[in-house]
Amino acid sequence: MSLLFHGRETTPKVRKQSLWQRIRGGFTNHIRQILASLGELWRTPLASIMTIAVLGLSITLPSTLYILVKNSSQVTAGWGQAGEISLYLKEQTTLEQANGTLLSVRLMTEIADVELITAEQALLDFEAQSGLTNTLSYLDENPLPHVLVVTPKREHLAPTAAEHLLERLERLTHVDFGKLDIEWLKRLTAILSIASDIVWIIALLLCISVVLIIGNTIRLNILNQREEIIVMKLVGATDNFIRFPFLYTGIWYGLLGGLMAWFLVVFILWWIQSGIEALAELYQADFVLSGLDLTALTVILGLAVMLGLLGSYISVQKHIKEIEPK
Amino acid sequence: MIKFANVSKTYSGGQIALQKVNFEVKAGEMAFLTGHSGAGKSTILKLISLMERPSVGEVFINGHDLNQLRRKDIPYVRRDIGMIFQSHQLLMDRTVFDNVALPLVIEGYSRKHIVRRVSAALELVGLRNKQELSPKTLSGGEQQRVGIARAIVNNPPLLLADEPTGNLDPKLSLEIFHLFEQLNNRGMSIFIATHDLGLIARMKHRTLTLNQGRMIEDALQEDMFGVTTKLPGDMR
Repeated sequence: MSLLFHGRETTPKVRKQSLWQRIRGGFTNHIRQILASLGELWRTPLASIMTIAVLGLSITLPSTLYILVKNSSQVTAGWGQAGEISLYLKEQTTLEQANGTLLSVRLMTEIADVELITAEQALLDFEAQSGLTNTLSYLDENPLPHVLVVTPKREHLAPTAAEHLLERLERLTHVDFGKLDIEWLKRLTAILSIASDIVWIIALLLCISVVLIIGNTIRLNILNQREEIIVMKLVGATDNFIRFPFLYTGIWYGLLGGLMAWFLVVFILWWIQSGIEALAELYQADFVLSGLDLTALTVILGLAVMLGLLGSYISVQKHIKEIEPK
Repeated sequence: MIKFANVSKTYSGGQIALQKVNFEVKAGEMAFLTGHSGAGKSTILKLISLMERPSVGEVFINGHDLNQLRRKDIPYVRRDIGMIFQSHQLLMDRTVFDNVALPLVIEGYSRKHIVRRVSAALELVGLRNKQELSPKTLSGGEQQRVGIARAIVNNPPLLLADEPTGNLDPKLSLEIFHLFEQLNNRGMSIFIATHDLGLIARMKHRTLTLNQGRMIEDALQEDMFGVTTKLPGDMR
């Protein structure tokens, strides 16, 4: 009795806690609520697993597509020869003039490398590759021009930039014309761009669905605990005190869903790795599928947690205020 | 502690629940509120427990004017009112200990402090040995005592009880009323709404009587069954 009534407040004032007591109390409550919300998931394993599975699958799809698009971009980025420009010099250009043009091109900032293939060298190569040695010996003179094979720097390999560079090179004095086969590269770039857009759209739609799924799950949780919320409000719980366990539940859903998505992505990549390696071998390419690095993992988990928090926040904001003791 | 000044309450739909009600319960006082069903007892309790606001007039609870109170401050004012309900309002999926500890947990007290106070409260209501049980396994009287322990565990200056003995047998009812007297003797203000005129008759405390939303009597118990105290004109 003495303990219970120790420090009795008989004055009609709301008891005030010191700043330290409030900080300590708030911290203690948050720890309790984090653990209690995890315990709540544990107490309803089937419902929790189903919700987490839906979230995990929803996050897995865009994550996997993102990785595939990223790998495709890496592959095409490695195709530097696709951006090579062949500059055919005018027929009467001498070797000295060709070397002068070579020097001019080499000095241009957009150029990574340039190589001169003389008319003689070109003829020898043609003879070797075509097997027409005897036939070509009947020609009076070499019909082939000197050619400069220009490799632009990486930032000028994109179709539009490469076209602009070609226009500049064609204006050089001894250049007859240049050739850049970029149509197929344009198509590939367009396809990858569309694929990337589709991935983003799918990701956006699935993110919205994740928010809605978590929001609805939290709404049901709130309605199931309606009586408990009323009792808590009657004994002095603030909206924040009631709100936080549901927010933490949303965060747990997001985190566990994100982890599941990560496991699934790793599994899917492992599954298709052998097939992709076999395909790469057919093209004599040394290609290794790159998976989720630490940054990507952090992004997936962070995004999942944010979606969980957003879904639960929307639901909590709407429903907690509506429940009042009557 | 509680002050009603010319309070009227009309619900949406035009139902008049209270008409110009005036009364005051001072610190350390114990008072009963009685009246027939529909007399307005529940409305007065809802006003005191901050579930409703008056349509007209002023209600002061622990010095706070309900008309001025912001929504976000309501929980803090409620922490100074211990509430006991006829339906107990216990959380059946938690233990007796957890139910009683709830107000302290909400205020963020340490585990050690909570254990000490909950044990003391359960000791007072005679349920110390049942703290690990679920309220579902307890009788109606025991559940009511759990509700009382929860209401007093954080030592509020005001205790509000709505038909606290409504579902209990006479012997248990008397025990609970004696418990209220004990608490009152320790300085707690107590306001009890009840139909149980028999019990009221056995206790010598102030009794407020409502009829059709009007306060028709404000008398000391010893007068109720003998001489009716005449209320001042502005109190009727």
